[in-house]
Order: sequence, then C-alpha cells, then structure tokens
Amino acid sequence: MEKSWRINLGPIEKVPLGQGLCYQVEEEGIAVFRSRDGLVTAIENRCPHSNGPLSEGIIGNGEVVCPLHGHKFDLKTGMGSAPNETVRTFPAWVEEGTLFIEYHPALVELVKL
Amino acid sequence: MKKKLVVIGNGMAGARAVDEILKRDRDAFEIVMFGAEPYGNYNRILLSNVLNQTQAPDDIFINPLQWYTDNDITLHVGVKVTHIDRAQKKVFGLKLSKGTPPYGSEVAGEKGADLIEADYDELIVATGARPFVPRIKGSDLPGVFLFRTIDDCDLIADYAKNCKKAAVIGGGLLGLEAARGLMTHDLEVSVIEAADQLMPSQLDREAAKILEGAMGAMGLRVLTRTFSTQLVEKNGKVGRLVFNDGSLLETDLVVISAGIVPIVEVADKSHLKVNRGILVDDQMRTNDPHIYAVGECIEHRGKTYGLVDPIWQQVAVLADILTGVNEDAEYIGSKTGTKLKVMGVDLTSMGEKETDETDDEILVYRDPSRGVYKKLIVRDNKIHGAILLGDTELSDSLMQLFQNEKPLPENRGEILFGSIEGARLFNAADLPNSAQICNCNGVCKGDILSAIDNDNCTSVAAIGTKTRAGQGCGSCRGFIAQLIESRIGKVSYDASEHYYVPGIPLEKSQLVREVRSRGLKSVSATLQVLGEGEEDPTTKTGLASLLKTLWPKDYEDERDARFINDRVHANIQKDGTFSVVPRIMGGVTSPDELLRIAQAAVKYKAKMVKFTGGQRIDLLGIKKEDLPAIWKDIGLPSGHAYTKAFRTVKSCVGTDFCRFGLGDSISLAQEIERRFQGVESPHKVKMAVTGCPRNCAEAYVKDVGIVAIEGGCWEIYIGGAAGSTIRKGDLLCTVDRPEAVIQYTSRFLEYYRQHAKYLERTYGFVERIGIDLLKGILIEDSLGICANLEEKMQEAVDAYKDPWKEAEDPLYPFQFDGPGLIEVLQEAENNG
Ligand code: SRM
Ligand SMILES: Cc1cc2nc3c(=O)[nH]c(=O)nc-3n(C[C@H](O)[C@H](O)[C@H](O)COP(=O)(O)OP(=O)(O)OC[C@H]3O[C@@H](n4cnc5c(N)ncnc54)[C@H](O)[C@@H]3O)c2cc1C
Ligand code: SF4
Ligand code: FES
Repeated sequence: MEKSWRINLGPIEKVPLGQGLCYQVEEEGIAVFRSRDGLVTAIENRCPHSNGPLSEGIIGNGEVVCPLHGHKFDLKTGMGSAPNETVRTFPAWVEEGTLFIEYHPALVELVKL
Repeated sequence: MKKKLVVIGNGMAGARAVDEILKRDRDAFEIVMFGAEPYGNYNRILLSNVLNQTQAPDDIFINPLQWYTDNDITLHVGVKVTHIDRAQKKVFGLKLSKGTPPYGSEVAGEKGADLIEADYDELIVATGARPFVPRIKGSDLPGVFLFRTIDDCDLIADYAKNCKKAAVIGGGLLGLEAARGLMTHDLEVSVIEAADQLMPSQLDREAAKILEGAMGAMGLRVLTRTFSTQLVEKNGKVGRLVFNDGSLLETDLVVISAGIVPIVEVADKSHLKVNRGILVDDQMRTNDPHIYAVGECIEHRGKTYGLVDPIWQQVAVLADILTGVNEDAEYIGSKTGTKLKVMGVDLTSMGEKETDETDDEILVYRDPSRGVYKKLIVRDNKIHGAILLGDTELSDSLMQLFQNEKPLPENRGEILFGSIEGARLFNAADLPNSAQICNCNGVCKGDILSAIDNDNCTSVAAIGTKTRAGQGCGSCRGFIAQLIESRIGKVSYDASEHYYVPGIPLEKSQLVREVRSRGLKSVSATLQVLGEGEEDPTTKTGLASLLKTLWPKDYEDERDARFINDRVHANIQKDGTFSVVPRIMGGVTSPDELLRIAQAAVKYKAKMVKFTGGQRIDLLGIKKEDLPAIWKDIGLPSGHAYTKAFRTVKSCVGTDFCRFGLGDSISLAQEIERRFQGVESPHKVKMAVTGCPRNCAEAYVKDVGIVAIEGGCWEIYIGGAAGSTIRKGDLLCTVDRPEAVIQYTSRFLEYYRQHAKYLERTYGFVERIGIDLLKGILIEDSLGICANLEEKMQEAVDAYKDPWKEAEDPLYPFQFDGPGLIEVLQEAENNG
C-alpha cells in the first residue's frame, strides 16, 4: 500500500511569481513552481541527468529547463526531453494562500519501510 | 498627299495610339515610329509573368515586327530620339549601342552611327516612364537591377542562377510582383518597404497586414518601416543592404522597384512645357499645337498615371482628334483601380483607401481565417473607394460601378457579397485527396496532408522540402497554405531562423521597433502583446537581455525571465552552489581588498580560492543563502562573471613598470572597466589593454583589444577570440588619445548591442558584418548614427547599478532563500 501525506508548505508567496523554490521534505528536495498564469506544480528537485537543482530552472510553456545542462521536464507529468529521463511529480494546490502538496516517498524508501 | 505622323516611343501607349488611328482611318498618315527598345510592342503588364516563368517573352507581344510591315509603318527599333526641332518639324534619333538601357537618361549611341531623322506634320510623344531609383549608395553595383523591360527580366533571370538570396526594394504593386517572380528562381526573397505597410498607396493598414501574412505564408520575407541607405559590395558585386538604423541584410541580388518617373527629357529639351510629366490639355495636346503626348510620360489636370487603363482612354481621344473623327473629343481624367498579379493572392483596390468624411458610409467585412477582407467607402451612394482582398469575385462589377460612377443598390450586403450563386468559395480543403495540387511536380493533396499529419510540416516551405510541392512555378503555394490551415489552424513561416527569439516572429530590428513603439518594458508584457502569451524559456532570457538594453532606466526587471545566474548574480556550479568573482578593475588589487576577500573565504567556507583566467579571484562553492552576506563583507562590486554583459578588462603592467611600455595600459584598462562594467549585451564582452605589441594582456584575441604603439597611439582591435574559437581581432582604427579609445569603443559596443543576434559573440558578429563596413559605420559615420550610438551607450552607463547592492535591498522577497526545510512528522497528515 502506498503511503502519502498532505503537507503544508506555508504561504504561497514564498515562491516568487514565475519561479520555483526548493522545499526539503525529509531526505527529499521538492521543487515547487508558481507560473505566471497561476498554476502551481511540484516535482522532484533532482535532475536525473546529473543532479541539477531543478527549482533554479526557468519555467515556460509548462516545462522547466534544468539550470545545468538544459534538459527539460514537463511540470505536470514529469516527462523529460531526453530519452529515459523522468522526474517524480506531486499534486500541489493552494488553499487560502497556503501551499499544500501531497507527498509520497520515493519507491526505494517504500521498499525500505 | 498623306500627312506625316511620327511617334516617339513604341510602348503600350505609342503602339496603341497608332493602332487606334489605323482603326479609324487607314490612309490618313504616313507613319514613322521610334522605339528605344530593340523589339516591337509587348504587353509590359505581363513582364511579371515572364519573371515568374509562367509566360515566355515571345508570348507577350501585342505588335510583333510583322505588324509594322503589314501596316506600312516605318519602325526604327533600338533607336532613341534625342531631340525635336520644332521649327523645322523634325525629330532626330540615335541607334543605341548594345547593352544601353532604353530608359536611361544618358544616350550612348552605336559607334559612328549617324543620326536618323524624320519629318512630321503631327508628332506623338509616348516615351513612358522609367523606374525611380532612390538615392542609395551602391545602386550601380553589379547584381542590382530595375524591372521595366524584357531585357531586364532576362538579365535578372540570368543573374539569379548563381544566387541564393534576393531583396526587392519597394513593397508596392510592382515590387511584390517582382518578389514573387524572383521566388520562382529558387531564391530566398525579402521585400523591403520604407513605409510601415505594404502597398501604401492602395491599401489601408488592416488589408496591408493581411497581405503581409499571405506573402509570409508563401515564404516571402517582408520588412516594413525599413529604409535602405546603402548597397554594399562583396567580391565585386552587391552583397548586402544596409538600413538606416544600421541593421543589415545579406543578399546576392537586388531589384529596385521604388516607383516610376515620367521620361520627359526630349520634350523638355525642345521647350515643351513640363512639370512632373509633359503637360497636356484635354485633347492630349502639348503647348505646341502639332505635338501630342500620351501614356505615363504625361501630366494631365495635375495627375500622372502608372496604369494602362487611362492610356486606353487617352489614345482613343487622341485618335479621334488626329483623324478628325471627333474633333471635340475630350479626355477628362481616369478613375483607377489596381489588381495585384501575384498567384495565390487575390487583391483589387480602387479609389481612396481611407476617408475622414463623417458622412461617408464605410462597409467592412472580415473573415481572418480565410484571409478575406473587403472594404467599401460609399459617398453619395457611389463607390468612393474599395479594397477586396482574398475574395475578388466582385472586383469587375465593383470596378464598373466605380469608374462609371453608378449608384449602388439599396442592399449593401449585395455589394459586398454579390448574389449567393455568384459567390466563389474555392478552398483546396474541399478537394478529394487524389486531386493534384502541384502540377509542376505532380504532388496530390493526399501527399501534402500526410506531410502535415505525419511529418510535422507546418509551413509551405517545409511541405516543399518534404514533397517538392510548391517548388515549381509556385502557383500552388496558396493552396498548400490553405491545406495547412485546414489541418492545424495556422501556417507557420520558416523565417524563424532570422527571429531574434524563437517565440516572437520578428527579426531583431523589427522587434526593437515594435518594443519601442509600443513601449513594452517587461518580458511578460512583450510576450502578451507580441508572442501570443507563449512562454518559451529561451525567448524569455533573450527578451530580458534586449529589453534591458533598450530601456536602460525603465526596464521592468522580472527575474523569472532570467537564468538563475542573473537572478542571484552568481554562477551556478555543478553541485548547486555558486561562485563569487568580485570586480578587480584592470586586474589590479590591494592588500586591503585581498584581506577582505581572504576573511570572507574563510567565513563562508569557500571550497576553493582561485585566480581566474580573467585576472581576478574566484571564490567557489558558496551557498545561495550566503551570497548577500559575502558580497557585503567583501565590499567590492560584482565582476559579472556570470552574465551576458561587459565583463573584464585585462591589463599588463605597462609604462609604470615595464621597460618596453609604450602606453599606460593600467590606467586605461581601469578607466574602461569602470565605464562599461555590467553593461548588458547579446553575449559576454571581454577586453584587454596592453602596453605594447608584445601583447602580454592578450589584447589581439579579445572582443575589444587595445594595443599601445609607438608615437603615443593606440590600436583598437575588435572581434578577437581565444575561447572555443580562436580569432585575431580586426583593426578598427588607430587613435592618438585615450579618450578616443573610449569613444570608438562606445560606438562599437553599442552597435554590437543593437545589432548582434542573441548569444552572438563579437567574433561572429564582426565576421558577419565585415570590418570594412564597420569602419564605415563606426569611424566615418556613413549612416550618421554615431552620435546616437554614443548617447545610447552613455544612457546604459548612467543606468548601471551594482547588482550586488541587492544584498541590502533584494528585488523580491526570498530572492536568496535556500531550500525551505519542512518537518514532515509534525505537519503532515497521514492519509495512509
Ligand atoms: C572562472 C573561469 C575559469 C578560471 O578559473 O579561470 C571561467 C569559468 C567558466 N567559463 Fe570561461 N572562465 C574564465 C575565463 C575564460 C576565458 C579567459 C578570459 O576571460 O580571458 C575564456 C576565453 C575568452 C573568451 O571569453 O572567449 C573563457 C571562455 C569561455 C567560454 C567559450 C566562449 C566562446 O564563445 O568561445 C565559455 C562558454 C560560453 O560562454 O558559452 C565559458 C564559460 C565558462 C563558465 C561560465 C561555464 C558556465 O556557464 O558555468 C565557467 C564557470 C565555472 C564556474 O562554475 O564558475 N568560458 N573563459 C574564468 C573566469 C574569468 C573571469 O575572471 O571572469
Ligand atoms: C512589371 C510591370 C507590371 C505592370 N503591371 C501593370 C498592371 O497590372 N496593370 C496596369 O494597369 N499597369 C501595369 N503596369 C504599368 C504599365 O505597363 C504602364 O502603365 C504602361 O506600359 C505605360 O505605357 P507607356 O507607353 O506610357 O510607356 P512604356 O510602355 O514604357 O513605353 C514607352 C516606350 O518608349 C520608349 N522610349 C522612351 N524614350 C524614348 C525615346 N527618346 N525615343 C524612343 N523611344 C523611347 C521606352 O523605351 C518604351 O519602350 C506594369 C508595369 C510593369 C513594368
Ligand atoms: S574551461 Fe571553462 S567551462 Fe570548461 S571546465 Fe574549465 S571553467 Fe568550466
Ligand atoms: S543536471 Fe540537469 S541537465 Fe544536466
């Protein structure tokens, strides 16, 4: 059975408009993005290519561009532009100005548990 | 005895006049004609078809040489009349030597040829018009053509064989037809129009915009509001165009089509009254009762014409009068309409294009999805003007109503749409898949649809590459566009490689004009207005850089449009930490500064302290959240080692210490660095000042390199490189004062900022533009823009703020925040 938590990340204003911010949830970095059209998305912060911090990437047209070597990832599906590269995604939403995500630990950790 | 009639000019007006006279009275005159062109009379209108290769030159003759013989007309072909002796009633002509253009204002006769003379009782002047050549430097270079005669078409077609790119100066009717014609010669064609729209005399703004789109869909590049000032030579022929704002266009061939001027020299020399054209009265008579004039060479009631319709009316009146069929016949002027003869674009316009009269009725119908625009201006229940674009079904009937000033039907809808049965709504999308669309290469509709659906072809050009459709005569390109549109809604252009940023379909100079004229100061606003709201990341960073250049003071800095380095003014490292490179002017530091740097390195646990290749110090491995504090501690301005901006000026020890030093390289390096520090540019700019040609500061291989030489002088090299590309800079100039170094460097850097492509280093830019041209523009001020370049650079310098000051005053909250730590156990709800 898969575990998941609803996590309060605090005020949405912390994430600058049109940018991302990294939240450290347990061992895991989660990149939350707030696009200019109001969409809030959350993905794993680690770029599968070479561990680039995705939260520092530029977003646009529903994608984030990794700041290190420019690989792209779809913010909703986690699908990457390079073959076999995907990142995990987390449902994210705002309730009365507060940012929430639904967090589920990576599979490896589930196995550990 | 028959009276003698002489006709000067054997073009559409002259030959038609004779034809009309013969029709009325075959025996009235003994006729002699002079024609500067070496042919009988042909239909000049159809030259567009000759150029676009849908008709052979032989097919467009109206009066072949046989016609003259059959009608006992003496035709002096290839003979240009040089003067009229009005007292003796004689004209004199000279056989033109081969290759002399018939419409030139100089007459170069065949060697040793005698003057040919002819006596007249009545004389008709029908010398037509010549292309207007605006004052553009270099318009006499090989590869520059005019478009008026069969010979012109031949010359252009022949020359085009070895060309890839062509430019047409002039976006009027003829210019567009010429451009379309050139496309069939496998050329990439651009049309350059000085006005802010195509066909400014015939179309309103909206129609012009749609037309521009249609032209673009055919693969034609249209540059409006673009003023050509110079044609520049490359390998002995034309190689590029220079515009008044300093931007450039590469081209192998140029056609100038900027309007026409009546040919009046012969009339003028013999003291006939001439204003813009030869002045005639309502009977086509000049101020000499035995000399008449018709066609494009005349001015009648203050008007000159550039179309054949008025000519047909003029020659009918003239023939009536000369043959005595109706001695009171009068020409009172013409109401004209024009039709654009470009395949795939239906366009007719007549009368006025706009009106200020409040009593006028204006009827407009738009159907943008089909590219249809119809506009009627009705005054006193008559057509005062009309534009029909995309659907010209009704143009003939409207033209009738217009020219004959007929009252209009009550039901205005009928005028715009005609009766339902008459309406033609042809669309390639309605054809069966087996229908052949491109007849030249035998491509059927099914093949094209498959290229759209399966191969992602979204432009006419892409379809062409895939299927060869549209690559023959080109007449099916409009249909191909229709098919793309029916399938995916929108035709894309392949002009994209010229775009400054991928998301906005404009070249840099056009983008700059749009941004300036609309006052767009932020990336988001620019994307909203010019980029359909699309948020392509490369587009955002490129735009941010450009906007900051264009609005040094009022740029709205939206950091989400910038790369992380420019958000936090430091260079991101492979492990997500940052490097800190303070500005060390000219590579000269002090013990105090070194102490502060050392202490900061200890306090913020720099993983490495390194001397860079740019003569300064790098503290590597600093955490994002520590950046503001370390900057404050170091107390030096940013070195901009992370951004596309002016970076460093390396120096050597120079006159102060070196026994070979010829110039004070350190002071000059520091002065330059202080002045230009942080100025945003399309890519990074690095400089060096070196005290003698031994070049210890590597000035020959810098974006801008200054070398002190004997005699207290300085050489300025530009476009050098020693990174992934190695290139020795080109010598821009030698000056005798440090102030002049600053001045010319300002000019060059500002010109680079304004005209380089995004991410184009100076080594690429200088090579692309060419040092000779740059010398002309930047040193001789050939475009008269140097004062403006200096002024714009001064504004950028004045607007400079050290970005590390954001340590005290962040641009937005949480700018330098590291990862937010969330404690799951306390805050989480287990939904288990
Ligand atoms: C720190 C430094 C190396 C050093 O330890 O000396 C350096 C470091 C980097 N250089 Fe460099 N370059 C450094 C001097 C040079 C020089 C020498 C110089 O400046 O005199 C050159 C050759 C001159 C030139 O600019 O062309 C140089 C040519 C490049 C290039 C190739 C540019 C080209 O078009 O040829 C790149 C890649 C690029 O710009 O796209 C580059 C890119 C980089 C980047 C910024 C790569 C990146 O985007 O992360 C490196 C950052 C490393 C980091 O993590 O901080 N660096 N780099 C030097 C900083 C100089 C300074 O004080 O500002
Ligand atoms: C490419 C093209 C497309 C066009 N399309 C259209 C169109 O669609 N619709 C339209 O209405 N109009 C069109 N026109 C305009 C139309 O062709 C002209 O209005 C028409 O040809 C003018 O006739 P003309 O006899 O006055 O001048 P021309 O036809 O130019 O004839 C004048 C002749 O006189 C000769 N000549 C000049 N000086 C001398 C001299 N001293 N001695 C002897 N001979 C001399 C010239 O060489 C020339 O052959 C087009 C023109 C061009 C070039
Ligand atoms: S040469 Fe420059 S870009 Fe390459 S590894 Fe060294 S510092 Fe990085
Ligand atoms: S680490 Fe993300 S692209 Fe290389």
